[in-house]
Amino acid sequence: MAREKSSKDNAKALFHSLRSAYAATPVNLKIIDLYVGFAVFTALIQVVYMASVGSFPFNSFLSGVLSCVGTAVLAVCLRIQVNKENKEFKDLPPERAFADFVLCNLVLHLVIMNFLG
Amino acid sequence: MDALRLIQYSSRNQCVLSVVLHILELCARPLDIPKTAKTSPQKGRISLTFTEMARSLAGFLVLVLVASICEGSSLFQPISDSHRSAALELFTLDHGSFESLEETYEALRTFQILGMEKKPDVTAAACRFISETVGSSSSTPKDLFYALKANSIAECKIHEKASKGIISSLNAAVRGASSLLDFYYSVGGLVLIKDQSTKADIHLADAEGVFRSVKALSQSDGRWRYSSNNPESSAFAAGIALETLAGIVSLASSELDQSLISTLKNDISKLFDSIEKYDDGTLYFNDKLVDGHEYQGPLSTTSSVLRGLTAFAAVTTGNLNLPGDKILGLAKFFLGIGVPGDAKDFFYQIDALACLESNRVSIPLILSLPSTVLSLTKKDSLKVRVTTVFGSNAPPLAVKLVGAFSSGSKDASLVASQELKFDQVSGLHILNDFSKSIDVGSYTFVFEVVLQEPEDEKVYVTGSQTKVPIFVTGHIKIENSEIVILDSDLGSIESQKKLDLAGKNAASLSANHLQKLRLSFQLTTPRGHAFKPHQAFLKLRHESEVEHIFVVENSGKQFELVLNFLGLVEKFFYLSGKYDMELTVGDAIMENSLLVAIGHIELDLPEAPEKAPRPPPQPVDPYSRYGPKAEITHIFRAPEKRPPQELSLAFLGLTILPLLGFLIGLLRLGVNMRNFPAKPVPATFGVLFHVGIGAVLLLYVFFWLKLDLFQTLKTLGFLGVFLVFVGHGVLSHLAAASAKLKSA
Repeated sequence: MAREKSSKDNAKALFHSLRSAYAATPVNLKIIDLYVGFAVFTALIQVVYMASVGSFPFNSFLSGVLSCVGTAVLAVCLRIQVNKENKEFKDLPPERAFADFVLCNLVLHLVIMNFLG
Repeated sequence: MDALRLIQYSSRNQCVLSVVLHILELCARPLDIPKTAKTSPQKGRISLTFTEMARSLAGFLVLVLVASICEGSSLFQPISDSHRSAALELFTLDHGSFESLEETYEALRTFQILGMEKKPDVTAAACRFISETVGSSSSTPKDLFYALKANSIAECKIHEKASKGIISSLNAAVRGASSLLDFYYSVGGLVLIKDQSTKADIHLADAEGVFRSVKALSQSDGRWRYSSNNPESSAFAAGIALETLAGIVSLASSELDQSLISTLKNDISKLFDSIEKYDDGTLYFNDKLVDGHEYQGPLSTTSSVLRGLTAFAAVTTGNLNLPGDKILGLAKFFLGIGVPGDAKDFFYQIDALACLESNRVSIPLILSLPSTVLSLTKKDSLKVRVTTVFGSNAPPLAVKLVGAFSSGSKDASLVASQELKFDQVSGLHILNDFSKSIDVGSYTFVFEVVLQEPEDEKVYVTGSQTKVPIFVTGHIKIENSEIVILDSDLGSIESQKKLDLAGKNAASLSANHLQKLRLSFQLTTPRGHAFKPHQAFLKLRHESEVEHIFVVENSGKQFELVLNFLGLVEKFFYLSGKYDMELTVGDAIMENSLLVAIGHIELDLPEAPEKAPRPPPQPVDPYSRYGPKAEITHIFRAPEKRPPQELSLAFLGLTILPLLGFLIGLLRLGVNMRNFPAKPVPATFGVLFHVGIGAVLLLYVFFWLKLDLFQTLKTLGFLGVFLVFVGHGVLSHLAAASAKLKSA
């Protein structure tokens, strides 16, 4: 009983510490995390829909899911590049990273729109 | 004009028959079963072995040899009643009269030559036309010429005043003539009117001058030009020129220098040097095809030359020194045409033959046979007729049969040279008992005509030897015909049936695949020699209409066919059952060719293995084969099951939810626009940047809705460039601002 309680307490303590650590992240990174979450959720809803009605225009399903996944991946890349604690990208101005993000998204969405059918 | 050649060959060249028969023989060969057949059990197909191919090649060479011998021999028939009936059909009045004076003249002349009763309406129509032309003062010399020509046959009356007018206009035409045709019509007209009107005295002014001007148009090769401007010359023009010159001579012979006339004889012989030859010995004149309008075919050219030649010969004394066989060759050319289908060609042929029938050069005599097929059974005798081209009687002569040669062999003659007996009543030369030494077959008989009066040799020409293809037919004896079933291994006879091939047969046999069938018979000619017919086939037809044909081979008189069913099992497609047997023995010279049903044979063949070939599909009733087929209903791909629309719309709503969640989260995080640049230039850049991105996304929506990729990419190009500039502007400003902040 004590062990269970302690494991439950451990989980709770872990969760709280994560939460407080997360609160310390800068706001722009939080915006990007929110964006990623939004994209992933949209992808999940599309998968649930396909699972229920069948994959008939498969190309449309793929393009929808891949657009969400693609934009999430690009956002993650942006986060990596913009994060000030990341020593690797110290010399890269965040505006440049953002410009890359915008460009790649536009290209991704062109391809997605073509494949949507 | 090549069509005439075709008519020539098909109507009288019996070599076509022998050629066709040989082709049939060659076609029969691939169906042979080689006696040394090593048909492998797997394949079972009979392929042409090397010996087979060599045999077909030899057959082909024989064919060529026969054709080459055939080239020399040919048969020409004189003009007969078929020409007369054709003339009635060809020369018909169109709306009560002919189209032109030329045609009127041609029709009248043809009827006159053929000795047919002129139809009264033809003469009346002609007279109307003639008097119209003669009376009018605007008639050209050409019209007058043809009107007078027609009148010489129709014999309509011309008024004296009119004839005086004609004479004066023709004389004026002669004086003003420059081209050959002008001279021809004017001089010819004067000659005709001299014959037709008794009172008028025709005088040709300056005959020598006219003669010389016509002669000036001649060329060194014997041809003539139409006028001094036109360099083209033709033999047709030469014929016209000769006729014109003959006309001048007949009008004013006393005024002309005889040496002038004799130079013409040189021209004629030079013209005859340009004569052309066909392989069967016919000769003709032809001009080169230079201009479509001016071109006259060989028929009209040769006819024109003959007319000119005979007209000239009629007015001059002395010999023209033309070799007689050239005249004979020309006669054969015209006779070889048969019955032309065109009125103009018909006229040319008949007019030229009329010139040949009686002229002062030489009159050709034609040797013809009423029938070239002689039957030994009917004891036909060989009949030969020698006549002029129109079938009139020839002078006293004798016909000799110089030799008879079997076609396709170069052996010596089968008969001795003998003379045929002349029968006064029928006008035929007959040989009765030649057939003792001649057996059935195809031969070439060589005849020679000998004139009995020596003076006739100057007037008539008969040619040297004439080769004629003759077919001798007869009744072939078929004996000892029997059909036997043998045991394959032992060779012992299981069943035997004698056949009577002349009568009805209904042999009923049965065999299995281990046995052999043997059919044998003997063929003998009336003289007792061996005979190989063109066709000797046995056909086996199954109940399901599948047929197999076998050639019966021979050695000497004995014909035998052995069918070894063991080797034929696969050829028969393993079909057991009742087969009808049919024997064909045939040849052109066999009077009793037969196609008889011999009987049936019940064949018992083993079962077909898996991979055995199927029999070919038999032809079905043609109406059902080409009739409508069964209708095909196309099954379209079933459309995919789509979800109900409400479900789809519900999920669409669900998809919007994360976006709302994102926006709410942004608000909770406390996003602001404080970093938006304040200064106007970067501010506009910033605004334009966002507008640009929005425009691109809108473009994507349009791309999905209705644009195609090329249009999108074009617009995207422009927008992209714009966005790069604007974005660079605003972002670099922001970067500069944050760098300042950092350093500060």
